Amino acid sequence: MNEVHRRSSDDRFGPEIVHAEHLDVGYRDKVVWQDASLDVRRGEFVAVIGPNGAGKTTLFRLLLGLQRPMGGSLTVFGSPPKRGNSRIGYVPQRHTIDNETHVAAETLVRLGVSGTKWGPGFSLRPEREAATAALEAVGAVELGSKSLGSLSGGELQRVFLAEALVGNPEMLLLDEPLSSLDLRRSRELVEVIHGLVQSRHVTTLLVAHDINPLIQCLDKVIYIANGNVATGTPEAVLTSASLSELYGVPVEVLHDSRHNIVIVGGEDPHGGENG
Amino acid sequence: MTGGVVPFSWNLITDLRTMWEFGFMRNAFEAGTIISIVAGIIGYFVIVRRSAFATHALGHVGFSGAAAAVLVGVNPVYGLLLFTSSGAAGMALLGRRAANRDIEIGTVLAFMLGLGLLFISLYKGFATEAYSILFGEILGISDSGVIFTLEASAVVLVVIGLVYRRLLFASLDEDVAEAKGMPMLALGLTFMLLLAVAISIAVQVIGVLLIFALMVTPAAVAVRLTKRPLYAVLVSILVALVATWVGLFVQFYAQYPASFFIVSIAFAIYVAVRAGQSLSALRVRRAAQAMRNQPAVD
Repeated sequence: MNEVHRRSSDDRFGPEIVHAEHLDVGYRDKVVWQDASLDVRRGEFVAVIGPNGAGKTTLFRLLLGLQRPMGGSLTVFGSPPKRGNSRIGYVPQRHTIDNETHVAAETLVRLGVSGTKWGPGFSLRPEREAATAALEAVGAVELGSKSLGSLSGGELQRVFLAEALVGNPEMLLLDEPLSSLDLRRSRELVEVIHGLVQSRHVTTLLVAHDINPLIQCLDKVIYIANGNVATGTPEAVLTSASLSELYGVPVEVLHDSRHNIVIVGGEDPHGGENG
Repeated sequence: MTGGVVPFSWNLITDLRTMWEFGFMRNAFEAGTIISIVAGIIGYFVIVRRSAFATHALGHVGFSGAAAAVLVGVNPVYGLLLFTSSGAAGMALLGRRAANRDIEIGTVLAFMLGLGLLFISLYKGFATEAYSILFGEILGISDSGVIFTLEASAVVLVVIGLVYRRLLFASLDEDVAEAKGMPMLALGLTFMLLLAVAISIAVQVIGVLLIFALMVTPAAVAVRLTKRPLYAVLVSILVALVATWVGLFVQFYAQYPASFFIVSIAFAIYVAVRAGQSLSALRVRRAAQAMRNQPAVD
């Protein structure tokens, strides 16, 4: 991709949606990462990258108000994060769904907008229309009538995306949507997501352990490793110097002829070699 | 009980009228109908939440409660309610993942059955009472029993109607529901208490040992027939109703326990649906194979 396309000059994006200053994060007596300052602006497509266990999901839990920071300040849409913010659509990494779930995909998508309501909900037309529109937006209308248990990994991710999208959120938090997909399906899903970012200006944060399927459409990278957080454009963050500082050990970023990158030296033993 | 007294005729309406001249049969049909409706609905959530084993276990917990109630001379259903509710609350408070821990639950349920056995032995001459708690005694339901069943069921139905969508959401997609601000613990607790009440009243019909047949089997059939939760709930109710009604009907003429027939009919429906689905899957595969084997025309 050309540099012009990926310029991150501030005029292209709207106001700040997420703002963090000197953020410290952890559980009781374990610090996960600290002193992170970052911001995300409206309409940005952001990858959250880093080795396993670095605290990528923890960032989402903070933004969703499921966990409090240990120190520093964090605002989402101008105020401290709170649980149940309808301006955020969320796709967690873990789902209760497996191949024994005999429930139509459309039902799940519909619950994305009606699942917090009281009553049995017998007048379903607006819900159904919203669900169909969301499935259309991710190119998965034909999956609506299928059983969740019968869908493939890629199909499921589209349905989850529709579920997150159905309430017309302003920000999407997608936790490892690509983790179980092969490269081709990953790229397909990234295209769908990128399309949403562009057509709806929905700010999107996507957790991934491999940046390569994403790299051509990213506006920003949040790289979490070794208790530190680096943020900026992919060109600025994904360099040997910047990642060596982040990991605290010498790390090399290699590029191949097709713009794929390989990060050598910084990975934990469990992570992929190109994370 | 009444087998042989009244002859069977092929006019089923007349048969039903004849049956309903007996007060205990009227009560059995009324209570059986109400309980089938409740069990059908709650059963759907049991399937969606994967709480089948917890359901089975709560039945056993209820047994010791019922036995204790008989021992101290109160209506067994109060003992059932007290013990199943406490057990349900315990499981809910430990969290949903805890409620799926088979080994811990199994350990507790074995202890509770043993406790029930102790209460039985402490109470002299009460084998029939224990028998009816274990296997159900639908023909023994009194007028006041029907009223109590109706009241308890009304509460269950109103609450489930209120929380229906929230509970479905929380059951299907836990993490998203939590992020959306759903009170997960309260929802889990509510469901488990509803389950406890449903089990307590269903025990009259089917007994603690056979609770699966009404609380799980009908819903297990339903989820295989439809993917829409609302339809699945309706099918589940229908299966429970058919099992109960046909079971009651048949036992009126055959001298075997109603529970046996109810369980058998539910089981037969389940087997028929599974077999039918395997057969149609096989047919689809065969057809696909035939297509592949056919030489391409163009």
